[in-house]
Amino acid sequence: MKALGFAIPLAIFVALAIFFAVGLTRDPREVPSPFIDKPAPSFKLEQLHEASRAFAPEDMKGKVWLLNVWASWCVSCRVEHPLLVEMSKKNVVPIVGLNYKDRREDGVAWLTKFGNPYSLSAYDVDGRVGIDYGVYGVPETFVIDKMGVIRYKQIGPITQEALDATILPLIKKLSA
Amino acid sequence: MVSLARILTRICLSLCPLWFSVSSVFPALVFSTEAFGQAEEVARPDPGVEARLKALAEELRCLVCQNQTIADSHAPLALDLRNQIRTQIAQGRSDDQIRDYMVQRYGDFVLYRPPFKATTAILWAGPFVLIAIGLGIFLVMVRRKRAGAETPREEVSAKRRDELEKLLADRGETR
Repeated sequence: MKALGFAIPLAIFVALAIFFAVGLTRDPREVPSPFIDKPAPSFKLEQLHEASRAFAPEDMKGKVWLLNVWASWCVSCRVEHPLLVEMSKKNVVPIVGLNYKDRREDGVAWLTKFGNPYSLSAYDVDGRVGIDYGVYGVPETFVIDKMGVIRYKQIGPITQEALDATILPLIKKLSA
Repeated sequence: MVSLARILTRICLSLCPLWFSVSSVFPALVFSTEAFGQAEEVARPDPGVEARLKALAEELRCLVCQNQTIADSHAPLALDLRNQIRTQIAQGRSDDQIRDYMVQRYGDFVLYRPPFKATTAILWAGPFVLIAIGLGIFLVMVRRKRAGAETPREEVSAKRRDELEKLLADRGETR
């Protein structure tokens, strides 16, 4: 009886401690995306560099590709940028930029300054496409498969760790 | 009270990288949304639309400043979403359709009253389950204490009564 009176509060404490410990390791900004395993929403936008040319996700059918949401005003985009440049040099997969709520000249200047890893950037000046993709924290990156289905979403800057552990293996699997 | 709300908002905003980076580039945009004054957001606010917008936006979470509603938040995304809701109200869409539009994009997390389903069952049922467990433990303990307390007391008191009666009898007093 005495032992039980001691064991029950201890068990409750341990259970709570485990819940809190797990909770601490999770990032509250990473909201599970409702887009995973759903078709990438369709859109048609002007390209950043050539306003006369359009881009639609359907153009990428048959390819595994990345859609990276970026902006010249976005500080953390600079953090992930070198990784994207490196990836584009290795020609892993086409990376399409979604220039989100930016000024055209600022976006172009930013790419000139830091390097352009994108095969092209779509120009989402009013952020409507961003809303359709559930973007809430730039940068965000979507991995889209050959059928145009979103398979993964990275919220916030791509890290070397996320690249090695998740994104690159997924690309390899989807490209096979 | 107002100033406290202001301070809290400021703290949240300073923690929001998205807001922060925009504010440094487009200060004009930020100041134009200083308060959720509808008059400042749209040229000619329609009171009916604004009332529906307010009711809807107060039930929707702003994903940039997560503990604020879309109605409260100063984040540019919240402003965009408020305008999106205005557009949809103007298009004659129902409140449910507008909520669905948000859930499709941001998931159940966007709702301050998430629906009851498999993934949210713990969220909804959890507190009641915990209360039930707590009550159960409480009742068991009370019952055990009562059962434990009654048996020995009888024994002791019977013995004591004899002693007491003896003592009282010795002093020549009876009960």
